[in-house]
Amino acid sequence: MSKVLVIAQHDDGQLNLSTSRAVNCAAGIGGEIDVLVLSDSGQSIAEAAAQIAGVAKVLVADNAANKDPVAVILAPQIAKLAQDGGYTHVLGPNTTYGKDLMPQVAAILGVAMVTDIMNVHGAHEFDRPIYAGNAVVTVQADASQTLVASVRCASYKTADAGGSAAIEAVTIDAELPTHTRYMGLKKEGGDRPDLQSAPRVVSGGRGVGSEENFKIIYDLADKLGAGVGASRAAVDSGYVPNDMQVGQTGKIIAPELYIAVGISGAIQHLAGIKDAGTIVAINSDEDAPIFEVADFGLVGDLFQVLPELQGKL
Amino acid sequence: MKVLVSVKRVVDYNVRIQVKGDGSGVNLDGVKMSMNPFDEIAMEEAVRLKEAGTATEVIAVTIGGDKAEEQLRSALAFGADRAIHVKVDEDIQPLTAARILAAVFEKEQPGLLLTGKQAIDDDNNQTGQMTAALLGRPQATFAGELTVAGDKATVVREVDAGLETLEVDLPAVVTVDLRLNEPRYLKLPDIMKAKRKPVDATTMAELGVEPAPGLTVTKTSPPPARAAGVKVKSVDELVAALKDKGLV
Ligand SMILES: Cc1cc2nc3c(=O)[nH]c(=O)nc-3n(C[C@H](O)[C@H](O)[C@H](O)COP(=O)(O)OP(=O)(O)OC[C@H]3O[C@@H](n4cnc5c(N)ncnc54)[C@H](O)[C@@H]3O)c2cc1C
Ligand SMILES: Nc1ncnc2c1ncn2[C@@H]1O[C@H](COP(=O)(O)O)[C@@H](O)[C@H]1O
Repeated sequence: MSKVLVIAQHDDGQLNLSTSRAVNCAAGIGGEIDVLVLSDSGQSIAEAAAQIAGVAKVLVADNAANKDPVAVILAPQIAKLAQDGGYTHVLGPNTTYGKDLMPQVAAILGVAMVTDIMNVHGAHEFDRPIYAGNAVVTVQADASQTLVASVRCASYKTADAGGSAAIEAVTIDAELPTHTRYMGLKKEGGDRPDLQSAPRVVSGGRGVGSEENFKIIYDLADKLGAGVGASRAAVDSGYVPNDMQVGQTGKIIAPELYIAVGISGAIQHLAGIKDAGTIVAINSDEDAPIFEVADFGLVGDLFQVLPELQGKL
Repeated sequence: MKVLVSVKRVVDYNVRIQVKGDGSGVNLDGVKMSMNPFDEIAMEEAVRLKEAGTATEVIAVTIGGDKAEEQLRSALAFGADRAIHVKVDEDIQPLTAARILAAVFEKEQPGLLLTGKQAIDDDNNQTGQMTAALLGRPQATFAGELTVAGDKATVVREVDAGLETLEVDLPAVVTVDLRLNEPRYLKLPDIMKAKRKPVDATTMAELGVEPAPGLTVTKTSPPPARAAGVKVKSVDELVAALKDKGLV
């Protein structure tokens, strides 16, 4: 039987929703699901994780070294616990946290890793996207080895609440390096809903034209209570900070409603929104590729359309 | 300080790939191949470190078939001093690539290994991290800013929540993100000069590397298609459509 270890992501002492999505993916694998919280003081995070339906146990490894998410410090502990605990699978989210961390765990264990699980066929057979999501491969892993993987969060809903898993403190005896030091995080996002979990997202592209003009995007987003995203061109042009980039190399999101404004629809951008419920495109070029994927396309000048749209919502 | 840069030959980012009808893979016949865009950024950064006097030598390494030499020539045109071609017959997976890069690293003893954050063919985003783990050296992924001072480097990382800063002891592995720099345009004289620069061919066996366990691809499929949408003629029609779906 499978025994799955899900690595909890947390920020500022709060459990990140990606953890719950990873648990939902783990449920497809079957067997026992445990969650590991690596922190300097993980009790309240563990209590949140214990409420995720389907979780058997939450393990808390408190250690001053685990205060900040440094992969070279966390990975040896995860690998050790995975081995000692007899885990068949170790899953993390495909957030920057998980992408940084999980390949380290795989390398320490000397096993292959599956990036971006989007579908589980069996305990060792999965679908994952390649070529910016323009193809999907079914991969089979060696069942005699620990399976390390990241979960494509956009493919999984958050698991239900209502669980009451046992919380257990663990001490992991692994040698930790001192060659890498965390110096701090500069947050850029404001008070708007988190791009990766917001049910509605409005994104702006190069067509918006400037940092000042982006106000028109923020205004519509605020009217809708939506998160705000952007294309790479908008980020590179300095209209918005980099953490707002949606796409193959930015954030992959699955909101119920995605409104793309002044975005042409390059494959790298589309890779980030393939799982969106409804896509709306507003673009002045009727041949823009974004219209090929949009459920509702409106050809027009965004500077006229957006104020009107905002007024009518 | 030597800087080692890994470069991978991949399908050019402008190509819209097609899945083969029999599910055996994607069609690569006659498709334009290029250096992985993130590896161009890594090359650019290495060359800038040399121009700034921080790096003494820039070495490009690729793992691939004979044709991957084209990408090494591009790396040499960027300004690499020499290149290493680890010849393999089949595509290799990240853990094997990491073992090879780690072996080259041990041999060359660079102060920095720069890799792309991900190869845009398989989108694995694993190799740099695995190499760092195998070497037991620091890793800083998704670098948006890199500063080397003495035997330390400071890396600003592009993470979901914003910009994170790590300080690492050298030697270290850094994987680069899009905004680290803008790669230069390769000029003809540099391309010509690159033809005369040395490329050393080697093999996994010569490096003493065994292939690592990998995944087996059993099927390649097109992505789930989205149902075709409609064009609405006015804002009123759009609002009505969204209300109808209960989205606003
Ligand atoms: C390795 C690699 C990775 C990449 N990763 C990403 C990624 O993760 N995310 C991403 O987004 N891109 C990514 N890109 C870049 C991508 O290829 C495109 O260049 C980018 O998405 C284009 O952004 P855009 O649509 O805003 O700009 P453009 O393509 O310039 O489109 C602007 C659009 O605005 C429209 N427009 C202009 N004015 C108006 C107006 N007044 N009203 C309405 N519409 C207007 C135009 O018709 C046009 O369609 C990547 C590229 C590479 C090489
Ligand atoms: N075959 C290869 N040859 C050279 N470098 C590689 C190879 N495979 C991966 N890399 C490096 O590792 C990075 C990440 O690749 P990946 O883990 O496959 O997404 C790439 O950007 C390259 O710098």
